[in-house]
Amino acid sequence: MLQLKFRLSFHNTLKAHTQVRSFEIKKYPIIEVNNLKTWFPIKRGVLAGTVGYIRAVDITGLYINRGETLGLVGESGCGKTTFGRTLLGLEKPRTGEILFYGKNILELSRRELRELRKKMQIIFQDPLSSLNPRMNILDIVTEGLSEFGKIEGTREDHAKGLMNEVGLDDDAIYRYPHEFSGGQRQRINIARAIALRPDFIICDEPVSALDVSVQAQVINLLMDLRESYNLSYLFISHDLSVVSAISNRVAVMYLGRIVESGLTGNVIKNPMHPYTKALINAVPEPGLYSGEHKKEKIILKGEMPSPSAPPSGCMFHTRCPEVMEICSKQEPKETRSGMHQVCCHLY
Amino acid sequence: MLEVKNITVTFETDEGVFKAVDDVSLNINKNEIVGLVGESGCGKSVTALSILRLIPLPSGRIEKGEILFKGKDLLKLDAGEMRKIRGRAISMIFQEPASALSPLHRIGKQMVETILLHKDMTNKEAWNIAENWLKSVKIPDAGERMFDYPYQLSGGMQQRVMIAMALMLEPDLVIADEPTTALDVTIQAQVFELIREMRKSRTAVLLITHDMGVIWEMCDRVIVMYASRIVEEGSRSDIFSKPAHPYTIGLLKSIPKLSPELSGDAGRLRAIPGYVPSPYNYPSGCHFRDRCPDAFDRCKKEIPEFVDLGPGHRAACFLRTN
Repeated sequence: MLQLKFRLSFHNTLKAHTQVRSFEIKKYPIIEVNNLKTWFPIKRGVLAGTVGYIRAVDITGLYINRGETLGLVGESGCGKTTFGRTLLGLEKPRTGEILFYGKNILELSRRELRELRKKMQIIFQDPLSSLNPRMNILDIVTEGLSEFGKIEGTREDHAKGLMNEVGLDDDAIYRYPHEFSGGQRQRINIARAIALRPDFIICDEPVSALDVSVQAQVINLLMDLRESYNLSYLFISHDLSVVSAISNRVAVMYLGRIVESGLTGNVIKNPMHPYTKALINAVPEPGLYSGEHKKEKIILKGEMPSPSAPPSGCMFHTRCPEVMEICSKQEPKETRSGMHQVCCHLY
Repeated sequence: MLEVKNITVTFETDEGVFKAVDDVSLNINKNEIVGLVGESGCGKSVTALSILRLIPLPSGRIEKGEILFKGKDLLKLDAGEMRKIRGRAISMIFQEPASALSPLHRIGKQMVETILLHKDMTNKEAWNIAENWLKSVKIPDAGERMFDYPYQLSGGMQQRVMIAMALMLEPDLVIADEPTTALDVTIQAQVFELIREMRKSRTAVLLITHDMGVIWEMCDRVIVMYASRIVEEGSRSDIFSKPAHPYTIGLLKSIPKLSPELSGDAGRLRAIPGYVPSPYNYPSGCHFRDRCPDAFDRCKKEIPEFVDLGPGHRAACFLRTN
């Protein structure tokens, strides 16, 4: 534990000196995604023939640098969770490549994949259902460690060290998940995720199930760990304000595609895609635009179409307030200005 | 119009008896949207359920207090009289429309059944009323949707059906318990638009939520609850521009802001330390004292009384004096 504490403080001082953070370009990508398509077949009939596909994810040119957090925002059903699961190899994509440290993980053997799994972890949305109710915290957080033979000292000591890192008491390790509150359970999930010292963590709606006053604590903890261990996060959430608080860059997803991405400040300040504009506008927030209800309301019509029958041309044209004739006919190409990318015919 | 006076609700479970709502008083005027905000387990839903006398029996009990609706004490009505109030004079929109609608009956049938329970009219007339309400909550092809089962509709559509059902008998008060929590932000914006329109029909709304942003968008007046008690009450501008209770202040500060200056490096959020206490062992005195940055000795010993801080603005904290 002492060692860990030392490591923590060491990292903090190191960070102050060496952290020249520049996310302007694709510099040290830890993960890179090209032409990734995760489609689920729809099977019907007696012979269970494939009659179509649910096009859950169709993403290209997405990357995350070392030490960087990419926020992925979108409404439920847009494919953000499937994308996260695909990155970890929990879903099999139809085509595409996922480069983790330059290696395509889709072509690795099971054994090589197993080695890589140490470096990538996930934190799930529901802190209770993602913890085995019949295992105590000691077993939960050290399971991965013993699997890979990475325990330093005794299991108890190692687990206690992890507890301290996530702000829980030593004696928590002998208790069971149901004895903790939501925020504490999420801390346990985080402890389990960082146990193997990964480089990349997928946070799939990690604070959505928590109370507001506890949400901020967990976000702060994730930020501290990011700095201590130079972690990269893919932070998936439907809540734009939560995403903007922790992410360096944001990508906005609609019906399986990235419609806009860029540095957090730029995207929030100058959203380009009509969907991003509507999304930002829909966030109810006290005092965002000072004065009483000064912001002009953009209220989108209708709902997201089904990914099994996506609209022609631009996916968003069925709900877009700025729709033009071309939108239903042709798929928009990506437009870039510096770091900011958008897929829309307006630009 | 509605006046809740000092109600206390207790629940008896295997682990003991706990107070879910402790000495809560509130009132709602005609044509007003009142927000009841608080974290999970603070008693906001139980307060709402007790207004309709829907507290689960036999474990739950309204220990004391009065609920005056248009001068009548709802707690003294018998079951039959109460049924006439529910749905007709006071109706409710629940958080999860999917579990609030019957999965076995078509939308139209469920709506007509509700109307016929309260109004003396033919099936046909009731059907027309229901269909018109579906149209007014902007459900496309309302006539055909009447024949759908709830599972055939999306979450947003189901919530519209719930809103239509809550409004179709033109109640005086609608209690909306986290009506948009299960919905996406763009759909939430659509539902808010409907609730705002509701007000035009002179219906008062008690909006229960955990989201301060929702309160800001929707409410005229705000009641903040923490661990079974009301800690602060005031107009929207009181709560947002001069919050008085440390809990309200902490809550407002801990919400991540969507401001353009912010990016991932902007620094830590200001969280409230600690966790919401379990209802079986609330701390003595002020329930918030364990997590309060300004707690002092007196907070341990006495329960703070409300202090008036201006017209309609009151807070239960020893730090505040008028």
